[in-house]
Amino acid sequence: MSMRTLPLVFINLGGEMLYILDQRLQTQNTADDNTQKVMNDIIATMFSKAFMEELLKPQDLYSNRALRTVLTRLAHASIMRLNPASMDRLYELMVMAFKYQLLLCPRPRDLLIISYNHIDAIREFVRDTPSVLNQVDETHRKIIEVYTPLSDGEFQLLRQTLLIFLQDMHVRVSLFLKDKVQNPNGRFALSTTGPVPHGTEVPGLIRMFSGNGKEWKRWEFPTGGSYTSSIRVGSFERFGDRVSRIGTNMYSVTQPEETHTSKNYSQKANSEPNPLAKEELNLLARLLGGMKVQNRNTETGFRVNLFATDQEEEEDVQVNTELARIAGEFTGEPEQTESPEGPSNKGDDLLAMMDEL
Amino acid sequence: MASNMYHKEKSIQMKSSASALYNNLSVLRIAPRSLTYFTVVHANMVNMVSASWDGLNYSHRQLQSKEANVATSSSLIMQAAWCVLPSRDILVLTSQKGIQMYESDGSIMVYWHALDTPETQTAQAVFARGIAAVREKYICVGISSGSMLVFDVPIKGSNITLSEVLEEHKESITDLASECSGSLECIADMVSADDSGNLCVWKSGEDFQLLNKIPGFDMSCSSVKLWKGTVVAGYGTGQIRLYEAVTGIVHAEVNAHARWIYSLDIAPFSGLLLSAAEDSLVRVWHLTMTPETNSVEIVHMYNECVTDTQICGAKFCDGDGYAFAVTGYDLSEIIRYTQV
Repeated sequence: MSMRTLPLVFINLGGEMLYILDQRLQTQNTADDNTQKVMNDIIATMFSKAFMEELLKPQDLYSNRALRTVLTRLAHASIMRLNPASMDRLYELMVMAFKYQLLLCPRPRDLLIISYNHIDAIREFVRDTPSVLNQVDETHRKIIEVYTPLSDGEFQLLRQTLLIFLQDMHVRVSLFLKDKVQNPNGRFALSTTGPVPHGTEVPGLIRMFSGNGKEWKRWEFPTGGSYTSSIRVGSFERFGDRVSRIGTNMYSVTQPEETHTSKNYSQKANSEPNPLAKEELNLLARLLGGMKVQNRNTETGFRVNLFATDQEEEEDVQVNTELARIAGEFTGEPEQTESPEGPSNKGDDLLAMMDEL
Repeated sequence: MASNMYHKEKSIQMKSSASALYNNLSVLRIAPRSLTYFTVVHANMVNMVSASWDGLNYSHRQLQSKEANVATSSSLIMQAAWCVLPSRDILVLTSQKGIQMYESDGSIMVYWHALDTPETQTAQAVFARGIAAVREKYICVGISSGSMLVFDVPIKGSNITLSEVLEEHKESITDLASECSGSLECIADMVSADDSGNLCVWKSGEDFQLLNKIPGFDMSCSSVKLWKGTVVAGYGTGQIRLYEAVTGIVHAEVNAHARWIYSLDIAPFSGLLLSAAEDSLVRVWHLTMTPETNSVEIVHMYNECVTDTQICGAKFCDGDGYAFAVTGYDLSEIIRYTQV
C-alpha cells in the first residue's frame, strides 16, 4: 500500500488535536499564556525539521498503537499533562473527525485541500511566533513539493490505505450526531446530492458514437440522486481560497458539549499481537528522539482533565471491568485497567525502552 | 427503468468488514454442490463465505496473506479473485508481498510467488493487483510497476510456472479481465487497465500478443470487463466507456456515477452490466450488440442505493444476472439482490 501516508496523517490528526485542545483549554479558562505556550510547543515539535523529515521518508503507515503513542507524546510536548481518559477521548475525536473528512473527500486529491485547511489554521495559531510560523511555512512548501506530482490513482491508494487503518471505528461523537452527519450506530451519513467533484460529469447521460467518432444518439436515465455541476477547484498553493470547508475547525468555544464521545465497548479490541515490533520501535525512537523532552517537573506544568465527563468515563471503565471480571472473562484491554496514578505511564515506559536501545 | 426489477434478499454476515479496495468481491458458483462462495478482502485477511442455495448453511474461512511456513508478519491484500479454469478453480490472493494461489475451497495453498522488493524503500508502493484467468490455462496478475505476470497452470497439481512477464503499462495495474462470453470467435482474450486509464488488449498464447493500446485520459480506470469483443471500462471520474477492443473505437460514453467507480461486472448470457461506486449507487445496464451498425448499445435498467455506504464490490451471482451481491467499506455483510 501507499508509502506516503504519514506526513498527511500527522498534519490532519495533529491539526484536529490542536483544534480540540484550543477549544477545551479556552473553555476551561486556562491562562492565555499557558494555552499559547502549549499550542506553540506542540506545533513547533510537529513541524520541526527532524520530525517532518522522518515522516517524509517512504514507509508503511504505523500501527494504531504506535501512532497513538507518538500522538500522545506530541500532546505532551509542552507543559500540559493529560490523564489517560482525556487522551483516549482526544484520540477518538481526532480519528473520527479524520475518518469523516476522508469519506467526504470528493476526489482523492482533495485530501491535500483538507490537509492545507489544517495547515492554514495551524499557521493562524502561531502567527505571533515567527520562528514557529517559519517552520510551518517550510513544511507546507515541502508537502506541496512532494505531493503535487502524485497521480489521482496514487492519491486513491493513499486514501485506501488510510481507510483500512480507520476501518471498524464507529465511535459516536456528539457534535456529529447533533449535525446528523453521523447516525446513532456510529456510521457516517453519506449524501447523494450536491455538486459533483471537479472532473466528474453530473450523472444521467448516455452518448452513443458511430465508427467515425460522431455522436449519433444521446439520452438520459434516472439517477436516483440529485447532483449539480461541480464548483470551482480550491487552491493547492501555499495560500489561497481552499473552497472546501472540510478540514477547517468544527469546534467553537461556546459549545463545550460537542466533544462528548461514546463507544460501544463490545467493539473488537485491536488484534495486533505485537504492537511495537522492533522496526517500529526503531522508527519511533528516531521520531521521538527529535522531540525535546520537556521537564517533567509538575511544579511548572499543569494537568488537564480535557473533558467534563472524564470522571464518569473512568467510573464507566471501572464498572465495565468489574462486570467483565464477574462474568469470568478479562477484556484484556490495557487501557481500561491502567492505574490512575501516572498519566504518562506509557510514555515513561517508551522512554525507558528508548534508553535501552 | 423497472424500479422493481430486483429486490433485497437476506444479507450474508461476514467475520469482518470489507476494505476500500477496487473490485472487492469475488463470487464462485458451484452448481454440482448447490453452493456459492463469496470472497471479500479485509486488510491482511480474506473472508471466505460458502452459502448453500437453500439459504440454510453458511460456513466461514479466513485466509491470511503469508508465505507458507514463514513467520513474517502478513501484508495487506489488494485483491482476491476466483480463476475458473476447465479442470480446476483457483483462488488468487494478491498482496504487498506476493501472489498466493489456493485450491478449491481455500484449504490448500498450491503456489506462492514473491514480488521483487527493492533493497531500500522507495516512494513507489509495491503490490500485486489485477487477476484474470485466460483461455483455459493461464492466470494473469498485474503489478504496481505496470508489469503483468502470466502463469501457466497445469490441469492439476502445484507445478504452476511463470510463463511470461508483459511490460507494456507504465503505471500501476488496476484490473484485468478476460473475454467472458465463452465465444471462441473473439480475437481478443484479455484486457488490462492501469492508473492513468490506459487499456491494453491482448491475445493469449505461449507469447502473449499486444493487439491494441487504448489511451487513457489521465484518469484511473479502476475496473474493466471484456465481453463479445467489447471493452467496458469504469473510471475514477464516474464514467463508463465502451470500446471495440481490437480497434479502440469508442461505442458509448456514460456519465454513470458521481464518484469513483469501484466495480464492474457482466452477466455473459444476458449482457447485463453491473456498476458500483463510492456514491452509494449500484446500477444495472443492458448491453446489446447491433451487427448492422457494428456497435454496442447500452440501456439503463435499474438503480439501487446502498444508504451511507461507499460500495467497493459488486458481482452477479450467476451467468444470467438473476442475482447480484454487493460489499461496502466498513460493512460486515454481503448484501444480495435477486430479480423479482
